[in-house]
Amino acid sequence: MPKAEWPIAAKRTHIGKRIDRADGPAKATGAAKYSFDINRPGMLWAKVVTSPHPHAEVVSIDGSAAEKLPGVKAVWKDEAAIGKEVQYVGQIVAAVAATTEEIAIEAASLVKVEYKPLEHQVVDTNPEFAKGNPTKKDAGNVDEAFGTADVTHTGNYGIPVITHCCLESHGQVSEIRDGEMSVWPSTQNVSGYADRGLSDAAGVPQNKIHVDCQFMGGGFGSKFNPGKWGTVSAQLAKQTGKPVKLLLERDLELMIAGNRPSGYSKIKVGATKDGKITAFESEVWGTAGMSGGPPDLMPYVFDKIPNTRLTVKRIPTNRGSAAAWRAPRHPQNCFLTMAALADTAAALKIDELEFFTKNLDLTQRADVYREELDIAAKMIGYKEKAHARGDKRPGAIKRGLGVSLHTWGGLGHDSECDVTINPDGSVEAKIGSQDLGTGTRTVIAQVVADTLGLPLDAVKVEIGKNSLPKSGGSGGSTTIGGISTSSRLAATAALNALCESVAGRLNTGAENLEAVGGAIRQVDKPDNKIAWKDACRAMGPMPITKRGTQTRNEGKAKGFTNEGVGGVQIAEVSVDIETGVVMLEELVAAQDCGLIINMKLTESQVFGGLIMGITSALYEEAVYDAKTGRMLNADMEFYRLAGIKDVGKLRVHMMTTEAHEKRGVIGIGEPPVISPAAAISNAVANAIGVRVPNLPHTPDRVITALQKEGLFV
Amino acid sequence: MSNETTSGYSRRGFLKGVGIGTVAGGLISPAGLKQAMAAEQGIQGPGEIPLTLDINGKKRKVNVEPRVTLLDALRNRLDLTGPKKVCDRGTCGACTVLVDGKPTYSCCMLAVEAEGREVTTVEGIGTPEKMNEVQKAFVKHDAQQCGFCTPGFVTAATAFVRANPKATVEQVCAGLGGNLCRCGTYAGMLLAVSDAANVKGGSNA
Repeated sequence: MPKAEWPIAAKRTHIGKRIDRADGPAKATGAAKYSFDINRPGMLWAKVVTSPHPHAEVVSIDGSAAEKLPGVKAVWKDEAAIGKEVQYVGQIVAAVAATTEEIAIEAASLVKVEYKPLEHQVVDTNPEFAKGNPTKKDAGNVDEAFGTADVTHTGNYGIPVITHCCLESHGQVSEIRDGEMSVWPSTQNVSGYADRGLSDAAGVPQNKIHVDCQFMGGGFGSKFNPGKWGTVSAQLAKQTGKPVKLLLERDLELMIAGNRPSGYSKIKVGATKDGKITAFESEVWGTAGMSGGPPDLMPYVFDKIPNTRLTVKRIPTNRGSAAAWRAPRHPQNCFLTMAALADTAAALKIDELEFFTKNLDLTQRADVYREELDIAAKMIGYKEKAHARGDKRPGAIKRGLGVSLHTWGGLGHDSECDVTINPDGSVEAKIGSQDLGTGTRTVIAQVVADTLGLPLDAVKVEIGKNSLPKSGGSGGSTTIGGISTSSRLAATAALNALCESVAGRLNTGAENLEAVGGAIRQVDKPDNKIAWKDACRAMGPMPITKRGTQTRNEGKAKGFTNEGVGGVQIAEVSVDIETGVVMLEELVAAQDCGLIINMKLTESQVFGGLIMGITSALYEEAVYDAKTGRMLNADMEFYRLAGIKDVGKLRVHMMTTEAHEKRGVIGIGEPPVISPAAAISNAVANAIGVRVPNLPHTPDRVITALQKEGLFV
Repeated sequence: MSNETTSGYSRRGFLKGVGIGTVAGGLISPAGLKQAMAAEQGIQGPGEIPLTLDINGKKRKVNVEPRVTLLDALRNRLDLTGPKKVCDRGTCGACTVLVDGKPTYSCCMLAVEAEGREVTTVEGIGTPEKMNEVQKAFVKHDAQQCGFCTPGFVTAATAFVRANPKATVEQVCAGLGGNLCRCGTYAGMLLAVSDAANVKGGSNA
């Protein structure tokens, strides 16, 4: 009887291969319909009215002028907001729905909202603006350790708020008919999307909300829930009785649809003269909007440093709220920690790679990091290129190398899958999951086809609807472990049922059968077989449908999925010390993630993580004006993303030894985005001989750092 | 809140003030500008006016106000949703279409300006069953993740490959410099477009 456990390498037909993305052609031809692309008959366009003030009391909302504009079908006013405070620029207070997008834009401008402006605070760099009691964490004896340390390094480092900047903005199309609501949201959480807020706004029970998201244009952690834009869309659909499309404008997408908290820090590191880290003290402050705080995983990766002290201070600001951003907390803590450690190595005059290697016993996975450091160093030619801090060669262009290490969980989430084998031999796999661009459809097809011994195109995959078996939201790199396990369990169960039904024809027991090459055959007598189609026809008129249920605990206990990966990245940069411009020359990544289902898509995830990380290292920052409380770069010209010319040469090495594969399937979305900023910053310090303390490393920051050390002439 | 009130300039002001100077690559033709100006003087509009657009080889009739961009006319009136609305300010290239064969940001062109010109959207370049060389290369090299920027890139790359059948890697990078991706698919894109443009020795990614 076929077993569900992952097949060994020699027996895999689709799992682990480089297979093209199943929905690649739909995406490359514009045939893929995203939520933003849904046009329903009679649909109205909605636009929101938002606060121009960072902090104010809403006195009144007057929609009468907007209502009079021909083409306007509804004005929604947030009555609950009247007499209450708005806390940031862009907070939604009203909305309109009209027959064309142009009329909706005009109508929104006609809604008169009276405010009483109040004091605001948007500055997140000054720890004196912190509120509440700081969180403190102590281990060992920090003061004593610093007293006996041979070398002590102290430094300030900072990483600003950045945004998700999903290319498809947040929002949904809503349509209510006969007491039921269909929504087409841009979401990374299909099964869990229809929350009570959405239900209340529409006046439709949660179980009568039909969610459909076949394609979505980027989420990165910010698209789990309907949000105000979703509930307002539903509200307007209820008011008008017509389908309503509400997707945020770009400026609002950048201001209010989620962002990554900032982290500024003062860090003190103690070490012995031969380079063993003995103490790490950090004070971190930053903002996540009005609530929540800065990242608090210090020291990062080297979390077994015996003597540590951490103080975390929260700065509430009148800015849009933070949301999970790819690898929440990790990139910030990684940069702050790795920068401080690299500076300690420089103070000790020990090579950075050697310093990190020497302290690997202070990490959770020393052997993996050692292997990866070795591989990454060879990939980039570290030994040949390494030099002490400050490129001493003549000329304005200085080159340098920088190293960083990271970690992530990635255990598969809960997931259910139905696999159906039909009498005509066709196969269907259904999971209420979603594709964020990771390749969900492709990997489900791979696992099911591999399990059933069929070609890939024999499996029809259906995802993206909450009517399908429930599956987790795609966050924290949990999807691949979840859906690969549930689809493997379902396909195995369905196959076993098919084996039972044909065992008699093959004069053997189902336990002696396997599915290979489009046939069911006897394991020890492969010639005794029946073709797949014949086997299916023989089972009678009714299809076989089996459900696979994966849970986090069971999936881990049985070795299907696992958590805890390590990654090493090394960057080489060139810096023009006359202009301050940093160019990424090369970035290499060595990364483990257990058993890889699709090598091509996995590498794409890693390349994508590197590029997103490079963008945050060199370009990204949500710039706020203290006086007006407004975001100054809420557009894509000044909120800059890296272009194809900006990313240098990228190389990826995935760890695929048997030992890694035996751990089971582990997610890969988050890990590669964590290290680039740290590795690049360390490389810049190695190139120019001085630390640029704050990200992103824009020319002005590089020049300022050089000036401080008297190196800018 | 509309873009107009937050940014401090109107779309028409933007088109007039910025468009002509910086996007000399043919986004606003003298004829188109004349039409746009005429619209502002009240000769056409402000209500809807009938247009006949030549899109993907078909004549399409559409009624739009003169202020409607080509992108909005395509997406909202003609259900051609391949071109995407992302920055809506001529920065990201997700709305790229071909106008008389030239890659053009359709968010920066008024629909009235497109009358009498050949417009090709990504839907007119290929279908899932019959992809062009660039689209095939995008699939082969996995030059897409969420795929929201992909139609714009494919359209820009198609024009680039036609104009540069034997490009260098540097030329490929320059040719795709007007488009942005958030998922980080540039490594695959460089391979894909290099492949389609017959770059010697492939790309460096």
